[in-house]
Formats: sequence, C-alpha cells, structure tokens
Amino acid sequence: MTAAVVLGWLLPAVPFGVALAGLLLPQRSRAVAAGLGIAGAAASLVVAVILLATLDGAAAEGSALWVEFGGLEVTAGVRLDPTAALVAIAVAVVALAVQVYSVGYLDHDDRYAPYAAQISLFTAAMLLVVVAGDLLLLLVGWEVMGICSYLLIAHDRRLPEAPAAAVKAFLVTRVGDVGFLLGIAVLGFTAGSFRISEVLAHDFDATTLTVACLLLLAGVAGKSAQFPLHTWLPDAMAGPTPISALIHAATMVAAGIYAVTRLYPLFVKSPAALTVLGVMGAVTLLLGALAATAQDDIKRVLAWSTVSQIGYMAGALAVGSPAAALFHLLSHAAFKALLFLAAGCVIHATGTNSMSAMGGLRRRMPVTFWCTVIGLGALAGVPPLAGFWSKDGILAVAERAALDGVGPAGAPVGWLVWISGLVGVAVTAWYATRLLLRAFAGSYRGEAAPHDPPALLRWPVLVLAVPSALFGAVAFAGPFAGWLRPPGITEHPPNLLPLDEELIHFGPQLVYPVALLLLGAGLAWWRWRRDPATDPATALGPLRPAFDRAFWLDELQHTLVVRPVAALARLARRGDEVLVDGAVEGVGRGSGALGDSLGTLHRAGLPRAATAVLAGTLLIGLAAVLIGVGG
Amino acid sequence: MSAGQVGLVAILALPAVGAAVTAALPERFDRAGRAVATGFAAATLVVSVLLFFGVGGGGFVHQVPEQGPPGIHPWHELDLTWVPGLDLRFHLGLDGISYPLVVLTTLLTLLCCVYTWWRAPAPGRGRTLTALLLVIEVGILGTFLALDLVLFFVFFEVVLLPMYAVIAIWGGDRRVYAARKFALYTLFGSVLLLVGVFVVVSAAGTADIVALTGGKGLSRTTQLVAFTLFALAFAVKSPLWPLHSWLPDAHSQAPTVGSVILAGVLLKMGTYGLIRIGVGVTPEGARWAAPVLGALAVAAIIVGALVCLAQTELKRLIAYSSVGHMGFVVLGIATVTTTGIQAALIGNIAHGLITGLLFFIAGAIKDRAHTGELAELGGLRETAPRLAGLLGFAAIASLGLPGLAGFWGEAFGVVAALRLGGPLWTTLGVLAAFGGALTAAYFLRLLRRISHGPATPAVANLSPRGYAVEQAIWAPLVVLILAVGLLPPIALDVADEPVKALIEAIS
Repeated sequence: MTAAVVLGWLLPAVPFGVALAGLLLPQRSRAVAAGLGIAGAAASLVVAVILLATLDGAAAEGSALWVEFGGLEVTAGVRLDPTAALVAIAVAVVALAVQVYSVGYLDHDDRYAPYAAQISLFTAAMLLVVVAGDLLLLLVGWEVMGICSYLLIAHDRRLPEAPAAAVKAFLVTRVGDVGFLLGIAVLGFTAGSFRISEVLAHDFDATTLTVACLLLLAGVAGKSAQFPLHTWLPDAMAGPTPISALIHAATMVAAGIYAVTRLYPLFVKSPAALTVLGVMGAVTLLLGALAATAQDDIKRVLAWSTVSQIGYMAGALAVGSPAAALFHLLSHAAFKALLFLAAGCVIHATGTNSMSAMGGLRRRMPVTFWCTVIGLGALAGVPPLAGFWSKDGILAVAERAALDGVGPAGAPVGWLVWISGLVGVAVTAWYATRLLLRAFAGSYRGEAAPHDPPALLRWPVLVLAVPSALFGAVAFAGPFAGWLRPPGITEHPPNLLPLDEELIHFGPQLVYPVALLLLGAGLAWWRWRRDPATDPATALGPLRPAFDRAFWLDELQHTLVVRPVAALARLARRGDEVLVDGAVEGVGRGSGALGDSLGTLHRAGLPRAATAVLAGTLLIGLAAVLIGVGG
Repeated sequence: MSAGQVGLVAILALPAVGAAVTAALPERFDRAGRAVATGFAAATLVVSVLLFFGVGGGGFVHQVPEQGPPGIHPWHELDLTWVPGLDLRFHLGLDGISYPLVVLTTLLTLLCCVYTWWRAPAPGRGRTLTALLLVIEVGILGTFLALDLVLFFVFFEVVLLPMYAVIAIWGGDRRVYAARKFALYTLFGSVLLLVGVFVVVSAAGTADIVALTGGKGLSRTTQLVAFTLFALAFAVKSPLWPLHSWLPDAHSQAPTVGSVILAGVLLKMGTYGLIRIGVGVTPEGARWAAPVLGALAVAAIIVGALVCLAQTELKRLIAYSSVGHMGFVVLGIATVTTTGIQAALIGNIAHGLITGLLFFIAGAIKDRAHTGELAELGGLRETAPRLAGLLGFAAIASLGLPGLAGFWGEAFGVVAALRLGGPLWTTLGVLAAFGGALTAAYFLRLLRRISHGPATPAVANLSPRGYAVEQAIWAPLVVLILAVGLLPPIALDVADEPVKALIEAIS
C-alpha cells in the first residue's frame, strides 16, 4: 500500500472511529462529544490536505477483494485522484465549521453526544463516497449518508414537523436509490466486478450502458435533489441549521454530482442519459430558482437556491464538462455553507425563520450582514466572488455546446442548459437581493434584540467567507484546472471538450450573465425601493402561490404516490387477513364442522347403536362370504 | 472417532442432556435449573465454535476435502447404522452451508437461555422453558446436520411440539389459538415433507443426502413431484407467501424468547431444506419450479412490506417483516445460481441476527409499556433514549442499509435475479428492489410512531430498569450485525466452496 492509499483509507476511517466512540458516550457528555467531533473533522481535513500533496496531481488506487458472490467480485478499495482530494477537503472544511458552530448553536441540547457523533458518521460516509474505488463501497457511503440525514433532520424534538421531514428525506432519496442499486447491479454483473476501474474499462453495449446510466441518474436525482425527486430538500429545513449547511454544502446533495463525475467515462458514451440529465438539470435549475423567489422562510430560500445551483452542476455535466461542474460544486460548498451558517446566526438572534419578522439587521449584526453579502454575491455570481467564476464556467461550456455543437449530448441540450442558465442568473440575482433587503435592510420588524453572534458561531462564518470570496482565484493557478478532470478518460473522445480547456473563460460572453445579474438585482431593488415595508415577492402577482408551493409538486407527489401506496397497503392487509388467512381459517373451521357432524352421526342411543353394529357385522360377513365365493 | 465426530455428537447430546437434567430438577431449584440450562447452552455454543477448527488449514479458507462424491463435502461426518431393519442411518455432517446456521442457532439459544435465566416470563417455571428451548435446539441443529432424509425429517419434527408448548404456556392473550394454528399448519407441511421423503427414498433406494445430491437415480417426473412436495413443506416453514399466515399469530403471541427462536432460526429450517434438499436432491424440479418460486418470493416481499405499512401492532409488524425478508432469501434460492444461493445464505444469517434483535427489543418495550399497539406507543426517545437508539439500529439494519448485515443478501438476491436476464427475472429483480424501498417506508413509519413525538402515557411511565442485563444479551447481536455488514466473508467464505460444489453437482 502506498502512502496515498493509506491516507485514502484514513479519510473515512478517522471520522468513522470518532463516530463510533461518540455513539457510545453518555448522551449528556457535551464537552467530550464536542471535542471528539471537532478533532475528527480537523483530522480529516489534515489527512485530506496531506493526501492532495501526496498525490501531486497523479492518481492512485489500492484495493483488495472484499467479498465474492458467485464469481462477482466486490472489492474494498480506494480510488484517489486530485478531484477526490479537493472534494474531501471541501467536505472536511464544512464538517469542521459545522462541528464548531454546533457547539454554540445547540448550547442547550441535552442529546449533544449522539448529535455530534452522527455528524461525524455523516462526514465519514461522504468521505467514503469520495474515495470509494468500488461501486458497492460507494453505495455503502451513499446510503449511510441518507440514514444520517434522517437522524439529524429529526434531531430537533420541539419541532412537530421534524420527524415527518426526516422520513420524507430518507424515503424520497431511497426511491431514487432503487434505481441506483439496479444501475450498479447491471454494471457490476455485466462487467463481472463492481470495482470502478474495471467497470470503466469494460466495453458495454450501448443499450446496457444507457439503461445503467439512466438507472444511476434516478439515484443521483434523489441524492442531489433534482426534479422530480427534489421534494425532500426544502422540508429537510426542519433539521438544525448547521445540519442544513452540512447537507446542502458538501455532503448529500454534492454526492450525486460527484458520483456522475466519478463514472463520467460511462456517461460520455451515452448521449441519451446525458440528455436526460440536461433536461433534468435545466428544469431543476429554473424550478428551484423560481420557488426561491416566493419563500418567506429564510432557510427555505436557501434550500431552493441549492436545488437550483445543483441544477447548474447537472447542466454542466450534460454539456460535457465535469470540470466545470466540480468547480461549481466546490465554490458552492463554500458559499452555501457560509449562507446557512450566517442564516443560523440570524435565526439564533431573532428567534424566527420568517423574513417578515426580520429587517434592519445590517446595523444590529454587521458581521453577519457582510458575510451574508459575500455569500449572496457569490450565489448570484457577482464578480469577482467565487460563484461568478464557477457559474461563468458552466455558462461558457453550455454556450459552446449550443453554438458550436461540441459536447457529448449535442447542441439542443447545450441550448437548453445555456438559456435556462442565463434566465437562472437573473432570477437568482432577484431572490438573493430580496433576501438581503428583507432581512438586513429597512427597519427591524421583530421583537427580539438581535446582535452579532458569539465567537463559536462567528468564526466558522468568517472563515467560510474567505473561500466564498476568493475561491475563483485558484482557478487561475496552474494545476488546479487539471485536477478537476475525470482521470478515467484516458482516450479523448472526439465529442468532449478539449482536455486542456481552461476553467476560466474571459471574453465577450461575460457580458450576458453580468447584464442579467444587474437586471435581476435591479428589479428587486427597484421594487423594494418603492416601498421598503412590502415584500418584493408581491411583484410576482398571481404567480406567487405557485412559486411559493413550488408548483404544487409536493401535493402531486402526495396524490400520485403516497396516498395510493397507503391505500394499497390497507388493501393488502385486509386481503391478507380476509382472503389468505381467511382461507386457512376456513379450512380449519370446515374440518372442525365436518368432525362435529361426523361426531353427531356417531352419537346415538343404545338401540340404534346396537342395530348399527349388527348391521355392520352383517355387511362385513356378507362381503366376506361373497369374496370368498368369488375367490 | 475423530474429534470432529465427537463434536457432532456432543453438539446434539449436550442440549439433550441439558434439557433432561433441567426438566428433572424440582420446583424449588427453578433458578438453578435455568442456570444449568444456560450452562449447557453455553457449552453447545463452545462446541459449535470448536467444530470450525481442525478443518483444512483452519482460518477462514477451507481446503476442499479429498474428492468424495460430488455435491457435499462435509468437514466432519458421522455415519452410523440406526435401524438396520429399515436401513435407516444416523448420518450427520457439517459443511460450510450448514455451519453458519449451526452457530447462529447455538448463539441465539444461549442468548434466550440467559434472558430466561434473568427473567422468566409469566407464568414462571423458567427451568421448563429453558429445557424446552434446549429440546428445540436439538431439533434445529439436527435438521442442519442431518445427511439422511429420514433423519432430517425426524429432527424437523422434533421442533414442533416443544415450540407449541412454549407458545401455548408462556404466550400472550391468544396463545392457545396461535399455538394450535402454528402446530397444525406446520404439521400439514410436515406431512407433505414426509410424502416427499417417501417418494424420493422409494424411487432412489437410499435416503443418503450425500448420495442423492445432484438428483442422481431420480427420474424427471419423480423430481418434479418430490420437489413440489418439498417446496410446499418448506414454504410453510420459511414461510413463503401465501402459506405464511401461521407466522404473524405465532410470532406475536409467543414469549420474547419464543419469537427470537422462531424468527431467528426456526424459519431457516425451511430455507435450508429448500437449498439442501429441494435444490440439492431434486434439482430438475427446482429449475422447473423456479419461475413460480421466484414470483411467489417477490409477492412475499411486496405483500409483506405493504401489510407492514398498514400494521398497527409492534410484534405483528416485525413478524410480517420476516415474510418480506424471507422472500428475498427464497428469491435468491429460486435463481438456482451460485450468486443467488450465497445471497440466500447470508440473508438467512442476517435475518436471524437482525430479527432476533428486533424481537428482543420489541419484547423489552412490550414488557415495560404493557402494550404493543403503535397508537399507544410514542416518544420512546424521550424516556428511554438508549432503547430507542437500539430499536433504531435494528430497524435500520433490517431495512437493508449497506454496511450492515441485512444489505448483502437483499442486494445480491436482486443482482442474481437480474443476472439471469429475460423479462421474468428482470421484472422480479426490479420489483424486489422496490420492495426494499417499501421496507424502508414501514420501518421509518415504525420509528416515527414509537421513537418520535411526545411520550404517550404508556411510554411516559416506562422505566429502563434491569436494562443493563438486556443490553449485555443484545450486545453480541449488535456487534455481529455490524461485523457481518462490514466483513461479509465471515458469514460467507465458508459457504463459497460448498455452494459451488452444489451448483456443479446439479448442473
């Protein structure tokens, strides 16, 4: 085993060990639990940084046979490349920030030990997805992450809606995971191994490949909250705010996009799957952005913005640029974690999620205000913040795909992603401006006495503001762009963007997003300027309820899936009790009744019984004589 | 006699002697009797573990013993004349297919004995209960070890009456009804098994499973008839939908230890028989009936999950979940492939560990809250957080979370079905995978009802008293669920060679 492989194993192993230890702690041992959690996340960060340095731009792999089922090999192995190390660093940074922040945010929680341990387990699971060199190992991390999200969303016992939201989060993603498992199964038994490098090297026929990729996309849609499996994400806001940051920034939703980049050499060969991904991404991008415009809950605005931003990443993958998708994934990890933790500060200070009860916080919470400005600026794509560069990267490749027809899925998908991406820029700018104005400008509408948060909450936010602002600069650094390329593509397919493609695209096309950004922000500001007390969302007019309810897709899902399944379950139970068991009981009762009637027949008075015995004797005797005569 | 043969005898003799000694003790030595039974159960476990060593080179990888007849290569074998007049033989053997089940049986029996030692359920007489548990153990172990069809049948039947007594004496409110239903229903299956055994023995002229494996000397028609009989008998035991309806009553009415043994190992007699005898002795029949068996297995998965989704009683829900889980096991067997049968074997072990734990926990909850109605339970994590946590762990393991024991059998049952290809098996594989999602749905519903929300009156007064003993009893199961999940070879490596030999012998 090389040093890199050992480090690769340590990445998930360290937080996993910490999580196990934490789960065994008494529930109330706060200090130890917090210390363990922070130490685990910090250690992961150190390991991830050393790993990036050790790899030095190259890839490494180490694996051993894990278990074999009838000739199908499952390996336990890590598959490392600079992309994995970078994503691992992002995960560890966010996890560390969340662990530190949680100590302050949940300062009166009496079940802190399992909470911190579950965050560590969550981190370990995501890191396992990041380093996994085998599809089934990846699935382990993938599903453990799902169960951790379930546990953590349900953590807050005062919120009556939390348990339902947790169940929803797990079940919706689990439905997608049915596809994911089937996709893995198809790839695995066709290639004879579940090891990623062997799967990538296998020569699949086109149909098998497309079927497998489409099945995988179902799982990706679930985890990364893509239409139509995005419905769990906004409800997941019932979880504590640091958990929202963890789920939205670096774990869970990032996993789906990351898994596609891991298997990108397969997707490249399946234009149909990439087309589906492109449509899914474009729809999600607009759906999320529009839904974000009408929310009053500050966390729900951010939640919908995540849905929308992941849509951008899916779009980038569809037009053939995993590097652009990963670049946006990393910058999104920074600014979305920042935004959630800053929102947590606001909620902590005002005691409410509702923006109607905020306003005027700029003067009362200046640190939070400026951090939020940076986060929202990055989200909307204000130059030169991180989100500007990464979103521009996606728009540039989409534009190239649309105008020049390069990219594995062809020009129509390019057009779709490009146009929806541009519209998304304007809408994002609009809702980001609205959030900023509603929460921080004007006069305070609430009743608490908000002020900037204590150090434990402030420092993680401040630290995250740095990459949110400056992360774009690394894209100019030499090796960075090369690190984000999927290493599985050894040969360069003709329809893929050139491998020496830059992440940063200077040129006249930068004018479009900047113009649309100004338009969106300007419209929101203009509306607010006319009447600072009114919600700019009133401008949406009759569309507002549709956006607020996210086009009633939740209700649709409830009507089309949840209610029929529940009805079917009741029917199955009745059928099982009445028909299946009824038949058994019927046989039992029937036999009993038959026995009874036979018994009744045999119950007779002495004269009749004597007659019967004599008659019987006579008959037997007669038969004996007859047979004897016959013989 | 080699050490292995001594072990084979000891593993059956120890619990039998233990049962006799315990049952013979007078009333005032009740507690001592339970301790004695526990001691014998522990000794049996030790012997079962020792049987592993001295095979091949020891360790996890076993060398194939010298080339005997194909199909079964026992590690240890004992072949004695039993009834010379009827040409019956007392033929025992242990190989990698039976070994994990043997250890599971000895482990769960020990845990149940310890549990009863600590607290005998009403109406007391704990020593009798432990004695019956030991008799049941003899029957189950004998079934797993028998290499003679008639002997297999005899051991298969030994289990029935003591289990009837366990349910009828220590069970819940409707115990007599449930016990009678269990006994009559499984007796019906046994009759079919007996007929099947007669069909095979009279056609082949031998009852030796080693000689019969591969279906040698049996015409196709005989195999089809015999397999149908075997499959029905084992389908009742496993149980396979729609022959399952004895199970919810028996499981929910049995005392905790009865439920644990029933779900943990008794059901495995059915799936083990299906592999060893159904597939092994009548392979033509197995292949012929595979589509029907597979379809019923998937029906069991889906129907079991749907019924659980609408279930309102804790133990009944867990009982029905067994129907679904055993459906995955039968699906694996029905594919008649190495992948499928290995998936079935690890599925068996995982289900034994997980459902055993679930029934222990359900028993602990019912003992304290005095109700199993989901409507009356709620907020368990407020009053008994550790118990709620363990229930959560067991439920999550049962819903097949990757990384825990339950995942492997279910995932590879699906893989085996998909791998066969064709419209039927692809559909079955896809439906089974959706069954996995439904399983998650009902377990999360269960957790939401029991663990979350405000504490209901039944739960609010619940005291976690005496809880340390229970945790100690459950700890091995928790550790094994995690261990088998992370290192599936510990349950599967031993079965690798025998399953390949079996598939080779029948193809």
